[in-house]
Amino acid sequence: MDDAPLLAMSGIEKRFAGIPALSQASLLVRQGEVHALIGQNGAGKSTMIKVLTGYHRKDAGEILFEGKPFEVSSPQQAQARGISTIYQEINLVPLRSVAENICLGREARRFGLLDWGAMHAEAERLLARFKVRIDVRRPLMDFNTATQQMVAIARAIGFSARLVIMDEPTSSLDDQEVRVLFDVIGQLKADGVSVIFVSHKLDELYQVCDRVTIMRDGRTVRTAAMAEIDKLTLVSQMLGRDVSKAEGHATAFTDRPAGKIGDTVFSARHLAARQGVADVTFDLRTGEIVGFAGLLGAGRTETARLVFGVDQPRGGTMQIVGTPYAPAAPSAAIAAGLGFVTEDRKTEGIVPELSVAENMTLALLPRISRNGVVDEKQQRDIVARFIKDLGIKCSGPNQKIRELSGGNQQKVLLARWLAMQPRLLILDEPTRGIDVGAKGEIQRLIRRLADQGLAVLMISSEIEEVAEGADRVFVLREGRSVAELSGEAITETNILAAMAHGHSSQTQEVHA
Amino acid sequence: MSQVLPSPARPTSRAFDVLEFLSRYGTLIALVLLIVFNLIFTRNFATWQTLNVNLTQVCTIVIVAVGMTMVIATGGIDLSVGSIMAIAGALAPMIFLGTLFPVGNIYLGVTLAIGIAVLVATLLGLFNGWLIAQFRIQPIVATLVLFIAGRGIAQVLTNGNLQVFKVPEFQWIGLGRPLGIPVQVIMMVIIVIAAAWMLRRTGFGRRILATGGNEKAAELSGIAVKRVKLAVYAISGFCAGLAGLVVIAINSASDANLVGLGMELDAIAAVAVGGTLLTGGKATIIGTLLGALTIQLVRYTLLANGVPDAAALVVKAAIIILAVWLQQQGRVR
Repeated sequence: MDDAPLLAMSGIEKRFAGIPALSQASLLVRQGEVHALIGQNGAGKSTMIKVLTGYHRKDAGEILFEGKPFEVSSPQQAQARGISTIYQEINLVPLRSVAENICLGREARRFGLLDWGAMHAEAERLLARFKVRIDVRRPLMDFNTATQQMVAIARAIGFSARLVIMDEPTSSLDDQEVRVLFDVIGQLKADGVSVIFVSHKLDELYQVCDRVTIMRDGRTVRTAAMAEIDKLTLVSQMLGRDVSKAEGHATAFTDRPAGKIGDTVFSARHLAARQGVADVTFDLRTGEIVGFAGLLGAGRTETARLVFGVDQPRGGTMQIVGTPYAPAAPSAAIAAGLGFVTEDRKTEGIVPELSVAENMTLALLPRISRNGVVDEKQQRDIVARFIKDLGIKCSGPNQKIRELSGGNQQKVLLARWLAMQPRLLILDEPTRGIDVGAKGEIQRLIRRLADQGLAVLMISSEIEEVAEGADRVFVLREGRSVAELSGEAITETNILAAMAHGHSSQTQEVHA
Repeated sequence: MSQVLPSPARPTSRAFDVLEFLSRYGTLIALVLLIVFNLIFTRNFATWQTLNVNLTQVCTIVIVAVGMTMVIATGGIDLSVGSIMAIAGALAPMIFLGTLFPVGNIYLGVTLAIGIAVLVATLLGLFNGWLIAQFRIQPIVATLVLFIAGRGIAQVLTNGNLQVFKVPEFQWIGLGRPLGIPVQVIMMVIIVIAAAWMLRRTGFGRRILATGGNEKAAELSGIAVKRVKLAVYAISGFCAGLAGLVVIAINSASDANLVGLGMELDAIAAVAVGGTLLTGGKATIIGTLLGALTIQLVRYTLLANGVPDAAALVVKAAIIILAVWLQQQGRVR
């Protein structure tokens, strides 16, 4: 193997509206290697790739490709220069034929007309390299996702790509299809093509990658050979938690429950969904904060969506206080006493053009309406109480919610559910993207609510939030609940270990 | 990659934001300016007759635009209103003239005619909503179905014949003047007030705005988004049916080719000029009323001052562009 790097990105800086997304980030990819690029949400992986492929302009830094400065202004240009990207959602044209998709942008022509014969032959030749034999005249949408992905790869190779970037390529493939993809990657490697492989599935990384670059908070934290780094170190460095260091308090979750932990409110056994959830078993008790820990794509949000009736499970059972529970829609979950503060405030939480008051009482509407007319006085009282209780900073209940800061928006969304007096509240990344002060307030509030007897399911990617806040922790890994931790066993070390290996020495395995 | 930025609070101490002000009160200002202009330059402007002419002409647009406002508030659009007007307009005379089935008493006939025509219009609206809510067809495509087919249905119903009639009992809804006020103006005022009240004060109004503002969030808050959509398209159909009847009552005739022709665009224009967000989530019925009045008055002003109708259309277009531009300026801030 040639030791001179194929791609060398160094000192990359990128800011969005003054907020740094990348600072002094670097990435070195050798000739013919499969290079894993990993990091949490917001770590800068996608920005890094977009800077490389010309989708974003870098503010500073240097990119060398095949030893020469590499400066492109669009993914098309990058492709012409030998860097192809295959996205999660395959960006091909489903209605056109396989051959057309492969040859799009570099059509064979004869006498100014498209040379279909040559294009079909070319497509077949490229696909044959991956042992894919299909009728290239048929429209792409006739084939399954895996084949479509092969077509995308063939298309990249057709552009004589020297570097192929794969962004979570296995997220929509089954095991068999993943094996085929890995064969293809092996083939690419043998041909001297390098691959940047973005994925959150640790086992896959170890299976297919040679080296890894870990990113965190817009910086490159470490680059190492896969063989030199064990899973636990990988996960800890990705999350920025040093396993060996003494753990101080990093959150406002100060003490363990002051209230009494009571009976089981909710239980789920062997939950499975079409995608993301394979086998999740857990339960919740009154007065208790249960934490869901896991890497991106571990199936935490997907599980929450099943519990709240947003998606329908394909297997498994759920119970609420001992009676079977199978919500067909969120309204059924709400009727059963559940609340759900979603991960993405903007797209699934706030209604931007409505006021603080209207947003807060959205779920409560049926209860504060008489004959369909909203009882304005009752609404005013409830809203005023929550604005005061939660310390929501706004000019008044009639201010539009979009004008509030992230932390205050989050408090309004919390109030939306608290006003319903639920028995179970699901919080998906309750403190993401809000400032430190508001974060502490929300964490203290969650504790207070649990102490008052609410059952809380808290999903968080911040490991310290789960470790310090939760009374019990379920660790999810690739759609399965792999460990349950409680009491003294809830340590960052144990959580990280379970995330990395699927179990830890001090945990009870979640059993069937 | 998701950039999570705290949304900045609106600058409060800005001395005076002209664009913000215009985007909020632009329509009202335009209307006042037009009235002032006419008071000065147009002869016989400040008369009951002028007022009556303008109000009668604008009534049907306002009635249809109220339904359209609710549809647009959910993030949809209804192109079929003109065709639904034609169907209602074709159906009603067939009933009170007795061509469809014999009716002895004229009052019974008129009641049945109005009731059935409006009911059919509502059901057609419900059909639009069903296509949109159940099959997730884009509103513009779903309502295009009836936009095209509806006028055809109206023509088939009447064999393409012009239905002429002189039935004062029915035509009262277009020509009646209790206390000197045209019946359709009263109808318009009632509909506007009822709709404005509903949008502001009822849970249903809130659900409409939440659905248009953020459908996912609405659904996750337990709102039956599908039912909301069904309802707004049904309301839009109801309004269109009513407007169709008013039009034929005024004309003493029903021509399936002409009733409601181009109404969908007039209604959408009124909604847009009135300041309702075309992407949904924010709506103002009073704005729609002002928007319709503005467009009407512009047309009247130009005609009364000798500008041909064709040129008036261009001015109408310019006003719409200006209104939408102002709306966007208001949003960026």
